[in-house]
Amino acid sequence: MARMTMIEAIRSAHDLAMQRDEKVVVFGEDVGYFGGVFRCTAGLQEKYGKHRCFDAPINESGIVGAAIGMAAYGLKPVVEIQFADYVYPAYDQIVSEAARMRHRSAGQFTCPMVIRMPTGGGIFGGQTHSQSPEALFTHVSGVKVVVPSSPYDARGLLLSAIEDPDPVIFLEPKRLYNGPFDGHHDRPVTAWKKHPLGEVPEDYDTIPLGKASVRRKGSDVTVLAYGTMVYVAEAAADETGIDAEIIDLRSLMPLDVEAITASVQKTGRCVIVHEATRTSGFGAELSATVQESCFYHLEAPILRVAGWDTPYPHAQEWAYFPGPERVAAALKDVMEA
Amino acid sequence: MPDSKPLSLRIPEPGCRPGDQPDFSDFVVPRAGEARRPDTDASPEDMRDMAFSIIRVINKKGEAVGPWADTLSVENLRDGLRHMLTLRAFDERMLKAQRQGKTSFYMQHLGEEAVACAFRMALEEGDMNFPTYRQAGLLIAGGYPLVDMMNQIYSNAEDPLKGRQLPIMYSSREHGFFTISGNLGTQFIQAVGWGMASAIAGDTRIASAWIGDGATSESDFYAAMVFASTYNAPVILNIVNNQWAISTFQGFARGNAVTFAERGHGFGIPSLRVDGNDYLAVHAVAKWAADRARAGLGPTLIEHVTYRAGGHSTSDDPSAYRSKDEFSAWPLGDPIDRLKRHLITLGEWSEERHTQALAEITETVRTAQKKAEAIGTLISGSHPSPRSMFDDVYAEMPPHLVAQRQAGGY
Repeated sequence: MARMTMIEAIRSAHDLAMQRDEKVVVFGEDVGYFGGVFRCTAGLQEKYGKHRCFDAPINESGIVGAAIGMAAYGLKPVVEIQFADYVYPAYDQIVSEAARMRHRSAGQFTCPMVIRMPTGGGIFGGQTHSQSPEALFTHVSGVKVVVPSSPYDARGLLLSAIEDPDPVIFLEPKRLYNGPFDGHHDRPVTAWKKHPLGEVPEDYDTIPLGKASVRRKGSDVTVLAYGTMVYVAEAAADETGIDAEIIDLRSLMPLDVEAITASVQKTGRCVIVHEATRTSGFGAELSATVQESCFYHLEAPILRVAGWDTPYPHAQEWAYFPGPERVAAALKDVMEA
Repeated sequence: MPDSKPLSLRIPEPGCRPGDQPDFSDFVVPRAGEARRPDTDASPEDMRDMAFSIIRVINKKGEAVGPWADTLSVENLRDGLRHMLTLRAFDERMLKAQRQGKTSFYMQHLGEEAVACAFRMALEEGDMNFPTYRQAGLLIAGGYPLVDMMNQIYSNAEDPLKGRQLPIMYSSREHGFFTISGNLGTQFIQAVGWGMASAIAGDTRIASAWIGDGATSESDFYAAMVFASTYNAPVILNIVNNQWAISTFQGFARGNAVTFAERGHGFGIPSLRVDGNDYLAVHAVAKWAADRARAGLGPTLIEHVTYRAGGHSTSDDPSAYRSKDEFSAWPLGDPIDRLKRHLITLGEWSEERHTQALAEITETVRTAQKKAEAIGTLISGSHPSPRSMFDDVYAEMPPHLVAQRQAGGY
């Protein structure tokens, strides 16, 4: 085992995958020589050469489109979109091409690739460095969507994503790159090296896609969360004293409906938490799923705590970000209902 | 008050509209044989002139002339003529099948047969095309079975794509024909990525990208150009300029302001402009670009100058926006007539042989159609099971899709 930040864990996953499979090719804006604006690919070009890890022109559709061509050839591209906020120019390539290639060609052409992108707010990133666009991908048949919340998970899930025969959207909460964050922005931040989840295996070890992880056992209420919100939910549970069971979904598509159902049927209550805007966010899908599969076990309406339906603001960062106070209020509400 | 007049937009207009007399007097047709043939390793700067003229081989007398005239044997030419005749006969029958309601949709290649048919002959086994919906000539010249094409068009039980795709959105990895997408321009950059992959893998195979004049306005055209140039990718970037994007003339893609080939110059890509209705010229240029790519010398942009003689699709009536007589006035003529004339000039073909070949081809296409229709058309016969629509969304069917399939009763 070794101590790693999420950045180091992601870099380590790249390193192991590239070592293991010469078909793995890594590229994106500033990814090659410089090693990425967040350092997630640092040292890879030096170690594996310019043919395996290289810089790309500033064109997201080009990056994803070229990667699709490479995947169709038989390589395994792992590409980076510098911020999830900048994935939109590539949306046509992801939705119309990567997602449908296997289906429309009846399996003649496939698209084994990973599109990594830093996501989420809580960093004073303003409108275009804070968004959480996961619902734009979970709505697309043919892609998988993964959001890790710790170095341990990031490494194992990224290795699985690279192995996976289908296109995977890999959303990395940049707020968690250097340490966990529970939303208490006025308190000092812990580094991953002081957190148990900063301890990761050094050898090749994967975490299966489509499996949630129960982060905190509890009997009062089920909290469904992913990314940064896992730590926010933990803080809210601790601070309210409510015995919440916190499920880190890890994969949004495929979704671990079994784990969700088992938990809500046990607790009878459910709170869903995500940073993304509320309306038509992934929370709506989760809420509908819980309602359908746990209706007779529910003792209270399902609640959602989410970003407001506004663009992500700058100065109003902490009024926007669904912090522990808002989650705590929802936990109390659901217990009183 | 500033001393300025009110501003106004330019809205481009084609030279002629329905009822007008077509006028191509501004369209300069260089003499066949006139264009020089640079070495394949020539620097892009030394061949900029090639983007402003048109490479042509077959002259008015039907002779093959000039430095681009030596790439095909007589046997190749006869095959080429057969491919083009087959494509045209195929188009005729499928157009009729659509009118009869046997399928929902069709798009023909009338007048553009030489482009894909001649190009295909310059490729090698294992090369990959990223075609648009108007390059079925690549399949026909590549030996893909006509019955499979028709099965796809009819979405019947033997449709290789299991009824999932709109007619003519073919796919054949085996024949170097990448799965067609309805989204324009997307495949242009994918072709570059495929070529990059071949270079990364140290392979010798090359890719061919295809796009129409209208779709060069799409952002992915520029993505492809910058990636192809940056990485010196082994790819041939083909623009088929057939003058029309549905009802929109090429002026809206700025085709009249500069040539499409000229756009390669901004990226340092050698760019050639070729008579797309001249089978020999298309082949020679394709061969030149393929040799260049295979030698590791990088991408080539080719503008194929042609004319879309038919409607855009079976859902389109071109008489609503252009003159009915435009194709007959089109200065580059009909690709089939021109190759036929060339073969006759060579003494290697005759009207009798042509009539006989045409009868044979018509019969071959008719037989294939009967075979396909015996399996099924969109409205009759046997079809792919609804159960199969849940397959291939992912490599392995996730639980929610299994549940939906069961809920649907399949």
